[in-house]
Amino acid sequence: MLEEKDRQLLEQIQQGLPICPRPYLEIGRLCNMPEAEVLERLSKLKQQGLIKRMGVIVKHRQLGYRANAMVVWNVPDSLIKQLGGHISQFSFVTLCYQRPRQPEWPYNLYCMIHGKDQTTVLTQLAQLVEACGLDSFDQQILFSNRCFKQRGAIYQKPKPTLADG
Amino acid sequence: MKQLTTLHKQLLNDYQRDFPLSTRPYQDIAETLGVTEDQVLSAFTELNASGFISRIGPVIPPNHIGVSALVAMSVPEPKLQQVADIISAHPEVNHNYEREHRFNLWFVVIASDAEHLSSVIDEIEQQTAYPAMRLPMLDDFFIDLGFKLDLNNA
Repeated sequence: MLEEKDRQLLEQIQQGLPICPRPYLEIGRLCNMPEAEVLERLSKLKQQGLIKRMGVIVKHRQLGYRANAMVVWNVPDSLIKQLGGHISQFSFVTLCYQRPRQPEWPYNLYCMIHGKDQTTVLTQLAQLVEACGLDSFDQQILFSNRCFKQRGAIYQKPKPTLADG
Repeated sequence: MKQLTTLHKQLLNDYQRDFPLSTRPYQDIAETLGVTEDQVLSAFTELNASGFISRIGPVIPPNHIGVSALVAMSVPEPKLQQVADIISAHPEVNHNYEREHRFNLWFVVIASDAEHLSSVIDEIEQQTAYPAMRLPMLDDFFIDLGFKLDLNNA
């Protein structure tokens, strides 16, 4: 279970590491924690897998990756772990989740593909479908249009001035 | 910023994971890349100001700290911007996209517990008067190691 201090620290650092010579000192000031403790806690969280990765979070669209497809399939529950694991190994896949089926939405396996344009994404998807043996399952492709909001996860009510970015 | 420099490209591709956890991380990066700390700080400031990066920070696996749900709505096109604005105004919403489908609005809601998550989505349904299809995450198969960018033409 996550300690309260870890939660506060993650909350703060999720807003973005300051771009200044001693950024962890700054983060520490904001959560009343010495710089050494900030570094120690972050290293521990990373080791425990509670931080998947620590680093630059790019905006794909601005960097020329304009096409983003969410692809969903309806696969048997007994195969989902194996298929999800296989899908996740492709470099162009950026997310892969299981979600519950709904009456109007019979899909349970989700993945996200980023590419420079829709043609590239569709080619990548065709590769993925063939390699993972997904062709016999019901599939939908949803390309994104407008992005109304994108920012890091904030798990508690933030102050209104900190919302979005 | 007109064009990405070699330094910008290195920072974008080489520091998506294992960003230094040290007292002077930008200095450590500078030493590795053979430039000065000031150059690294300026380059990150430019990337940030130009909207090429969202932030430098941790990626946290879903459902380890709070709970989240993907939510889909079907909204008539003329109303879409207005409904999207109402949804984005909630601090618990962190992604909100239009997608090409009958379900054309997709957003992610994150909260510290299931009760709060549910109350935010209920409120969104009341404010917008459209039903929200709730798709909580059951399992995460993805090991996020960052995304290899081809920046040759950037």
